[in-house]
Amino acid sequence: MVGAGKIKQNANVLDKPLGKGKQEVSLSAFAFLFSELVQYNQTQVDHISELETRLEDAGYAVGARVLDLLCHREKGNRRETRLLGILSFVHSTVWKVLFGKVADSLEKGTEHEDEYMISEKELLVNKFISIPKDMGTFHCGAFVSGIVRGVLDNAGFPAVVTAHFVPVEGQQRPRTTILIKFAEEVLQREARLG
Amino acid sequence: MPPAAPRSGEAIFSSVERVNAELFTLTYGAIVRQLLTDLEEVEEVNKQLDQMGYNIGIRLIDEFLAKSNVSRCADFKETAEMIAKIGFKMFLGVSASVVNWDADGSCCSIVLEDNPLVDFVELPDTCQGLFYCNILSGVIRGALEMVAMKTEVTWIRDMLRGDDAYELQVKLLKQIPEEYPYKDDE
Repeated sequence: MVGAGKIKQNANVLDKPLGKGKQEVSLSAFAFLFSELVQYNQTQVDHISELETRLEDAGYAVGARVLDLLCHREKGNRRETRLLGILSFVHSTVWKVLFGKVADSLEKGTEHEDEYMISEKELLVNKFISIPKDMGTFHCGAFVSGIVRGVLDNAGFPAVVTAHFVPVEGQQRPRTTILIKFAEEVLQREARLG
Repeated sequence: MPPAAPRSGEAIFSSVERVNAELFTLTYGAIVRQLLTDLEEVEEVNKQLDQMGYNIGIRLIDEFLAKSNVSRCADFKETAEMIAKIGFKMFLGVSASVVNWDADGSCCSIVLEDNPLVDFVELPDTCQGLFYCNILSGVIRGALEMVAMKTEVTWIRDMLRGDDAYELQVKLLKQIPEEYPYKDDE
């Protein structure tokens, strides 16, 4: 029992020192946890699209926290305000911390001005996942696209973010592309800033 | 040939693929938050976390046995040591110790020195009844059930609740005798 005179440890999370973030857990621990996240959410939905939305929401919550954490730790409390700045922050800093590597590529869409793509040959969350046939286009990357959206949105760059499989010639596994479509206001502001 | 000695938790941990602990922590946080929103009752969340842990435990034991060279434990004391010294290290990279044995060796406490699930976490007043790390107790229960031990795992101390450590009490309820026909070759 907690005695009356006992000091409550770490009563405030903000009083605790911020770790350097170099700690690791085994990949299987994460994979087990992630698979429970997917399975639990499967019990809560009727349609695959709802499942993706729920995974994305879970990712969004992670992204919002990652933005705060990394701006504080890696960028001396500064946050990117320009489009390319925040995109490269996601592609390099966020990816490196979360997945241990910089994302494979960051490209601008050729057809639309407001579209950008982050591609990854083998996304961490897909590593142990195989999609049953009856689940069609379901993509666990929804969790990662949620993280990206969480980072962007909280940094002031609202966007629609989706994850897609893109088949690669000569390779068995398709790569994953995270498609980012920025809101109109973001592009207008960017144009104004010149 | 004598059976190979169990590998140390450190050796296994350094040889497996690893991910950043913050991704793990934040993902777990997202799960807990989702459960709180969906289920509303803190008690229900505790139950669901335990169930998820159980689901993980019954699968995780395979990897544990495959990678650790641990064979049948002589007694429950050895079992508890294996969980603390090898299990926690190989999956979460943290050390744990076993203390507070009862007289007949069927109940002990596992004390975590470090707990990667709780970084960045503070329990709000509305969640005081929440056992935030309840997934861990489920994992232990599930894993032990797969090696024929029925256990009851409860939180004794929780730093999120103001205690000075994380302490899990593991109580051996009964050993399930293997029943004929053995299911080995199914």
